[in-house]
Amino acid sequence: MFTVFLQFLFSGLTTGAVYALVGLGFNIIYNATSIINLAQGEFVVVGGLLMWLFSESFKLPFLVSAVLTILVSGLLALLMERLTIKPLPKTDLLLMIMITVAVSILLRGLLMFKFGKNPYVYPPFTEGEPFIIAGAVIQQQTLWVIGITFSCIILIYLFFNRTLIGKAMRACAVNPTAAMLVGIDVEKMIMLSFVLSAMVGAIGGIAVTPISLMEYDKGPMLAVKGFCAAIMGGLGRGRGSVAGGFIIGILESMTAGYIHSGLKDAVALLILLAILFFKPAGIFGSKTALQMRRF
Amino acid sequence: MKVFKILLAVFIVLGLSMSVANSAGKEPYKIGAIFSVTGPASFLGEPEKNTVIMLQEQINKAGGINGHPIEVIIEDSKSDETQSVLASKKLLESDKVLAIIGPSTTGESMALVPIMNTAKTPLVSCAAGAPITQPVNERHWIFKTPQYDFSVVEAIYAYMKSKGIAKVGIMTVSTGFGDSGKKALQELAPKYGITIAADERYGPKDSDMSTQLTKIKAAGAQAVINWSIGPTQVVVTKNWHALKMGMPLFQSHGWGSKKNIELAGKAAEGVIAPLGRLVVWDKLADKHPQKALLKKYSADYEAKYKSEPGTFGGHAYDSLMMVVEAIKKVGPDKAKIRNYIETKINKWPGTGGIFNMSSKDHCGLDKDALEMVVVKNGDWEILK
Repeated sequence: MFTVFLQFLFSGLTTGAVYALVGLGFNIIYNATSIINLAQGEFVVVGGLLMWLFSESFKLPFLVSAVLTILVSGLLALLMERLTIKPLPKTDLLLMIMITVAVSILLRGLLMFKFGKNPYVYPPFTEGEPFIIAGAVIQQQTLWVIGITFSCIILIYLFFNRTLIGKAMRACAVNPTAAMLVGIDVEKMIMLSFVLSAMVGAIGGIAVTPISLMEYDKGPMLAVKGFCAAIMGGLGRGRGSVAGGFIIGILESMTAGYIHSGLKDAVALLILLAILFFKPAGIFGSKTALQMRRF
Repeated sequence: MKVFKILLAVFIVLGLSMSVANSAGKEPYKIGAIFSVTGPASFLGEPEKNTVIMLQEQINKAGGINGHPIEVIIEDSKSDETQSVLASKKLLESDKVLAIIGPSTTGESMALVPIMNTAKTPLVSCAAGAPITQPVNERHWIFKTPQYDFSVVEAIYAYMKSKGIAKVGIMTVSTGFGDSGKKALQELAPKYGITIAADERYGPKDSDMSTQLTKIKAAGAQAVINWSIGPTQVVVTKNWHALKMGMPLFQSHGWGSKKNIELAGKAAEGVIAPLGRLVVWDKLADKHPQKALLKKYSADYEAKYKSEPGTFGGHAYDSLMMVVEAIKKVGPDKAKIRNYIETKINKWPGTGGIFNMSSKDHCGLDKDALEMVVVKNGDWEILK
């Protein structure tokens, strides 16, 4: 019985790690601009598909492909921000969010033209048999995804709390006018946040594709689940989104295992609703932050 | 701005290439086609559209039907019922087509049933759902070319029975495709003396199905039957392999693409599925009635589109060729075309199988249209 439980847990960790990484991307842009970038899921897809293009199609070495993928994704986000977000009046947050929806649709279309509708996959980072712990199986790639998720959260935490640029970015979200008055280049910070979140998304895509495969229209599902993770943990809190991601992943898996697999999405979302009902700021969010939120 | 200009140019070129150049001479025969070229079911609509474009070229190059070129007017339903209804109205009222082939999905086809019956125009659907052609007396004008889901299930269960498998775990994707598979799996199990020990579900974009497989194993099943299309069937295969389940994995007819073996790699070894003969034509005996046409269709399609046609492209092939043959024999008369398809499509080899249409069956295929195929050394092998 324990083996079965452990297997459900590992399965939950696998899916949860993906949600956590997407949730992390939402937080970066939210922290700098207080908008939600709904094209976040597409950047995960871009990461997975570009990695396939570089490593399988162009036959570049693994690390070169990974670096190129992350850079190109960042560049794409830079273009997105310069062409669609920058020309907008900064006061209208809702409009900016709508624009990100439009960008996600455009990106999906472009990906379909380039890659077609088939799924893509490349070998896991380390080949070999999966690990067996107390009879339950965990794939090596899952450990990679979990490891990368935690490395990302640590790096992002250090960036936002220990570097001047990181702190400047957070200031922009709290009050752009005040940030400008103290000499922060608000526009540059917003641009940077888009680039950074796209890079995190792309890293996620690179890591999960060997497990879950990647196809052009996977973005919306990832965005919804990642958004839930970010909300559950408390918007703007990096570790919140990671906890949220793993909680949703494990809940889904346990529901599928012990109740019924047809109910897994419903139960996970019900629990999300319950958390928001009793603790609207999310698990790690603070009430004060919630009141200061513009969106 | 330059980017936009290039994009615009691309769209214009695409638009032009879709419109049909009529070969001169007699007036063309118009046939409508509604496919899910875009949207969630586009994996069906794309090969269907490609197939129809290719066949139209071939037929017109060979002189058309009795000297009349054919003009297939393809409408994109965007995988949406409303859009396919609108498309059918356009085809019937403004293009005045002789017959319509498609749509690609069961839902869209069902939406067209009353319209086609009122318009008294034949529809040859490319979707599998049984209600499209049943009950037959209310589906006077409706035909379909893909085999029934329950034929696929019968093929699997009959094979299991012969191997002494009596207890199975099923897992189905939560889409229309999975729903109809689940229903057929549940309904037919008693007939073959099979009990369903676990009945699991998952979403079409899920990335890990170990939980469902673990439950099936814990329930004491002797085999797993997975019913899905697209990436999830590869993920299931990989999970099944990683978990070392110690029981065979059966897939639905959706498994019939070399792409799946490529994506799943060595995890695919030993996976069994009932497949149409299109994917295993090169393994058929030379005198098999389907072999020549399957070979030509596969080779032509691969030469033109650099990808395999797959079962779904084959459905469009069968639908169009049935209509074309009917027009050739009886001329441009909707009622006669319908009667011809119902009564004269007999022992008619198509890509999906050998069709036997009748006033009782507007599909004409049963489980004999399928072969049980196992993956061995990265290739298909027909099980005897």
